[in-house]
Amino acid sequence: MKPAAFDYARPTTRREACDLLFDAGDAARIIAGGQSLMAVLNMRLAEPRLLIDISAIDDLRTIERREGYLAVGAGVTQAELLEHPTLADEVPLLAQAMPWIGHAQTRNRGTVCGSIAHADPSAELPLCLLTLGGEVVLETRKGKSRRVAAGEFFQGVLTTARRSDELITEVRFPLKRPGRAYRFQEIAMRHGDFAIVALAAVIADDAVELGVGGVADRPVMRTLPHGEKLADALNEFAWSLNAQDDAHASAIYRRHLVRELGIRLIDGETPQEDGANARQV
Amino acid sequence: MNAFESPTLDKRSGHIGKRQTRVEDDALLRGQGRYGDDLATPPGTLHAAVLRSPHAHARLTSLDVSRALAMPGVHGVLTGDDVKRWAQPFPVGVRQPMDHWCVAVDKVRYVGEPVAVVIAENRYLAEDALEGVCVGYEPLPVAVDTEAAIADGAVILHEAVGANVVNDRRFCYGDPQTAFDTAERRVSLKVRFPRSSCTPIECYFVLAQYDVASGGYDVTSNFQGPFALHSVMTRALKVPGNLLRLRTPPDSGGSFGIKQGVFPYVVMMGLAARKVGAPVKWVEDRLEHLQASSSSTNRVTEVEAAVTHDGRVTALRLDQLDDCGAYLRAPEPATFYRMHGNLTGAYAIRHLEVRNRVVMTNKTPTGLNRGFGGPQVYFALERLMQRIATELDLDPLEVIRRNLIPSGSFPYRAAAGALLDSGDYPKAVALGIEEGGLAELLERRKAARRAGRLYGIGYTVAVEPSISNMGYITTAMTPEERRKAGPKNGAVSTATISVGPLGDISAHVSSTPQGQGHRTVVAQVIAEVLGVPLESISVNVELDTGKDAWSIASGNYSSRFSGAVAGAVYNAALKIKQRLAVIAAEQWGVDAERVRFGEGRVFVDGGDASASFHRIAGATHWSPGTLPESESGGLRETAFWTPPELVAPDDNDLINSSLCYGFIFDYCGVEIDRITGAVRIDRYVTLHDAGRMLNPDLVDGQVRGGFAQGLGVALMEEFAYGDDGSFISGTFADYLVPTAVEVPEPLILHMETPSPFTPLGAKGVGEGNNMSTPVCVANGVADALGIKDIELPLTPSKVRTLMGFDEPPRPEGVGEEVAKQTPGGSLLTASDSVEIPGTPRQVFDNLLDPDTLAAIIPGCHALELTGENAYRADVTVGVGMIRARFDARVALRDLDPPHALRLSGAGTSSMGSAEGSAKIRLTEIEGGKTRLDYDYEASVGGKVASVGGRMLQSASKMIIAQIFTRLSRHLGGAAPKASLWQRIKRLVTGKGGQS
Amino acid sequence: MHVKSDQRTRVIFTLNGRERSGHAEPRMQLSDFLRHEMGATGTHIGCEHGVCGACTVLVDGRASRACLMLAVQVHGRRLETVESLAEDGGLNDLQQAFHNHHALQCGFCTAGILMSCSEFLARVPAPTETQVRDMLSGHLCRCTGYTGIVNAVLEVAATRRQFQEGDTEQENNNV
Repeated sequence: MKPAAFDYARPTTRREACDLLFDAGDAARIIAGGQSLMAVLNMRLAEPRLLIDISAIDDLRTIERREGYLAVGAGVTQAELLEHPTLADEVPLLAQAMPWIGHAQTRNRGTVCGSIAHADPSAELPLCLLTLGGEVVLETRKGKSRRVAAGEFFQGVLTTARRSDELITEVRFPLKRPGRAYRFQEIAMRHGDFAIVALAAVIADDAVELGVGGVADRPVMRTLPHGEKLADALNEFAWSLNAQDDAHASAIYRRHLVRELGIRLIDGETPQEDGANARQV
Repeated sequence: MNAFESPTLDKRSGHIGKRQTRVEDDALLRGQGRYGDDLATPPGTLHAAVLRSPHAHARLTSLDVSRALAMPGVHGVLTGDDVKRWAQPFPVGVRQPMDHWCVAVDKVRYVGEPVAVVIAENRYLAEDALEGVCVGYEPLPVAVDTEAAIADGAVILHEAVGANVVNDRRFCYGDPQTAFDTAERRVSLKVRFPRSSCTPIECYFVLAQYDVASGGYDVTSNFQGPFALHSVMTRALKVPGNLLRLRTPPDSGGSFGIKQGVFPYVVMMGLAARKVGAPVKWVEDRLEHLQASSSSTNRVTEVEAAVTHDGRVTALRLDQLDDCGAYLRAPEPATFYRMHGNLTGAYAIRHLEVRNRVVMTNKTPTGLNRGFGGPQVYFALERLMQRIATELDLDPLEVIRRNLIPSGSFPYRAAAGALLDSGDYPKAVALGIEEGGLAELLERRKAARRAGRLYGIGYTVAVEPSISNMGYITTAMTPEERRKAGPKNGAVSTATISVGPLGDISAHVSSTPQGQGHRTVVAQVIAEVLGVPLESISVNVELDTGKDAWSIASGNYSSRFSGAVAGAVYNAALKIKQRLAVIAAEQWGVDAERVRFGEGRVFVDGGDASASFHRIAGATHWSPGTLPESESGGLRETAFWTPPELVAPDDNDLINSSLCYGFIFDYCGVEIDRITGAVRIDRYVTLHDAGRMLNPDLVDGQVRGGFAQGLGVALMEEFAYGDDGSFISGTFADYLVPTAVEVPEPLILHMETPSPFTPLGAKGVGEGNNMSTPVCVANGVADALGIKDIELPLTPSKVRTLMGFDEPPRPEGVGEEVAKQTPGGSLLTASDSVEIPGTPRQVFDNLLDPDTLAAIIPGCHALELTGENAYRADVTVGVGMIRARFDARVALRDLDPPHALRLSGAGTSSMGSAEGSAKIRLTEIEGGKTRLDYDYEASVGGKVASVGGRMLQSASKMIIAQIFTRLSRHLGGAAPKASLWQRIKRLVTGKGGQS
Repeated sequence: MHVKSDQRTRVIFTLNGRERSGHAEPRMQLSDFLRHEMGATGTHIGCEHGVCGACTVLVDGRASRACLMLAVQVHGRRLETVESLAEDGGLNDLQQAFHNHHALQCGFCTAGILMSCSEFLARVPAPTETQVRDMLSGHLCRCTGYTGIVNAVLEVAATRRQFQEGDTEQENNNV
């Protein structure tokens, strides 16, 4: 189980990285933490011609609070963001959700942007970015950049709006808004496994933004009403996701979890059980 | 009586039975262990990679290795032709015309079956060249489900056998018919026990050399035994036993039975070394291991009990189907017969009827796995006992107690022939109830239920056999066949102790441990007998069939170490001791009976004479002339030991299948989350009577490890297959093994009833919880939910489904009609439609146009015409970062211009195989447009199916949708052109028109 | 830097406190490089897809899967493997606790677990059992059922805290 051969480049500037990407196009893959990509390479589920390692680009390694959002550079690991001292105040949803990502050992190297780029339908970070209404910043050759809203960025299983010559330079998570409660819950087979269902909620007085991961081919977010209409709205949401059976969970089970856990999460009845608290190292 | 109480032991040092920390640990904790892949290799060693079938069942039509041979660093490719030339099929335990070669020769019968072996300068290059081996497969229908495989019309795996049942035996003990005819009640149950494996963290390892001069093979492998398989390997290699020198590395990274299954690779890599004329090393990777190494045997059991009104079982009837996969690989069908003598478990049931059928299916061949045969038996038997209680409205524990073999009846001959050596089952159960806190657990259940929670208690008793009778497997043969073949029985264990010139002690045992701590226990036993410090003893557990004492029973399986091997060590130590006593007695002029050993000295009981151990022992090397006449000089003793109780099956098929039978009483409290269906183990109590414990720390370690594995089988582990035979548990993210978060600490209780049949009174304890825990948890869940049919693993989704869904309907217009889905399967189906500019005729003609086809197939590099509307395509397909290049055949069929046609494709890549077919309907709609509706069916096999299950449905949908959106884009004004075939036809025939 | 696929490049890094160098093609996994080029065979390979944790080593002090890194990526970095743990010829406190608590059987997964525990104990001096189990969930052990490992880690944490009391202020356990 060894990767096929590839060239390896380790640029030290974004510009250099973008030039390499432009030249190689779809035959190149960016490697940052490599926690998804390396497994795929080892299994030979991908055989890129060139790996562009962006870990030596210093200005991608920053976490910055800017107007209304927290900007996380493409070199920032999940552990670094989780250990960011003001994370719980600035983006409380991330502080709750990130301990569910894999294990401490993979968070130590896996990057935030890498997870967004990989767009695994069960992953926590794409779900959070979508639910919070965040953005992805992409850069191409000659320093041109564009921003894509999370809702447009995730296009399907492992598929995003990133074009083959674009480098994700940062993602932007909107900061906590007053009067909102942020909640996260996940059901997985084991600690650290891919979510069977993951739920992220931004709860306001008048409505709820509920994001669901692990069910459709990408994370999906809906605005739902409070009160007696919530149950029907959740049912409609659950069915709209076209859940699938797989080896670990059935489609009906997934819909059931969306409905039942959704209502409890929104109504604040989800107990902060021991297991959830444990994920905070 | 127990030999351990022998009067020859003096000044008990207390080594035996002590909680002794392990002598193995120091090196392992420093990273200085020496596992197979850590060992130095001979200069010029090459590396192998195995090409494996992506199909569950296919005929091999061609094999072309020329491209692989031309690739960098490649030295050779071993194929079925080489294997046919140099080797022969493995001998099979039942008399049936089934050829199992180490590399497929004509057909492949399971996903992952070896098809060729590439040998190159390193593993990276070898894997590169796998892509250069071109194999032609003609896929065949499959037999995957066990029961379907024995139904009429099922495809036959081994044509020469003529059926998928390759062994069918019926047994009758006592008078079950009368018991059932006169039964007050009958209770029956059908259960299915899934496949799993204890998945050691170290995979298989083989380093093979071939010696041209002698024609012999020298192989190092982390093979765990039984060494009866050495004969199977030499038969396959067509060499006498002494021309296969098989060695094991000093350390092995776990096995739990699974490393028995490395033996076909010993043969394969031996042949690979012969092929390239160089040493060949192969380290199995995890994907190979999960998919194709070995597995426990899945079983379907129909069980029925004749029962009195008060729950006493008078007779049992078992109809068992063992699914051994694609080949009956030695020692199968041992999964049945390892447990045969003790099929009635811990119960005094005198009447028993059994039918055992061995079934072949298109799955990985099965073999040893911790608990071997036990989990399957107890899942049926102990679920049945729980059902009897439920149906008779009795307390399940009371039903168990009423049926236990009574105290004071040991040794007890069970109905099918097991001679249960020792125990006191009612006392053990009473002890477990008391010390395990059952009363409190019952209160917890009551309180939980009062609060509306789902809480259940499960009970299990089990008899844990150890030290297998090497003849039990012949129970699979009829008495007539056995008479012809000659009797097989016994279980020879060996131990060698040498004392060096300075009194230093070295010991060797042929038990090939994989982490159990054998070296520690061997040292404990020797230290006890010879009265020397434990630290002065060096124990070697490498086995080299070229120079060590070994026999067919050597190896580490059937929990034989503590009873048999430690007993042989004890006997060898006694021999040394006896010789030294005679030497010392002669020097001191005393009776040898009075010589004692302790604290590193030899001395006379009640006398003054005393000398250090090394002084007396050293005399055998330095001054043999001074020794008594009976002494040969030198000091090395080998003990062989086999118990007389292990006799061959008799003509009535009575078989004492093991020497020792431990006892287990488990119970647990489980709580089920009403919403998620997650099963939480609230408390788990496990009591073991494994005879005398030689080292309670190690016993507890075995119990904890077995419990964790048993829990995995209960809750999450399963080797799952799709309906098409694709394997879908191919990574550790798909095959789920419990982590520290999922495994609670069980309460471990002990009772010690020494075995009268082993030298030290010890029995095996390594496998018990793998047998008892899965069914104990299942009984707890059955109690919590009040349901009958429980199938493992009890995943949250499955448990929640058992509870039933009251699902609100799908709102009109929301989501899609749910297409037919095979849960966990690999058949992917869906329907969709797309609007396309142009008339149906234009669309239809465009689809027949190769240029259009090339443009709309995503990732198409080249399209080559091979026949009418048939093409060979070179395409890169995938989603996101996951991509593979397929050599594909694309065809357009069932043409009904301009209304309908079928677009199909099939291809293979290094990632596996894929095929799909889409039925396309074209309907004219307003605005000169066409609505294209399509229904497709796709399936994938090989690696991509085994590792990508979670995303396949979405991925295939996306890829297929791309074809039609690209068509739509392509037709944004393009005029249809005649197809290439039409153009060629025009050229050839001068005629135009539609074909 | 830019290395061609078939080109072996020199990788210079610090391994267990000593500067080492070796050559690797771009695709060589760090786990293979450590074992077969550097001879540090204490790090084992169990799955090569990042789940089992057997190959876990410290990269710049952080526990990382060696199978999910390339050798070329550790150029200029500081690595520690299981071979770094023993002190003055003897087992360190963590290794000794594993021995005392029967926290290993076959020992194949042990190296990776020791490295994760080393990092964890440095960051979380006063862990709860739940935190220890959470950290260990990144490792698969098939022999022990984990109890011995959990107890060993908790004991080392307690002993180290006792030892440091007096000369250290209250440790901040909030990481």
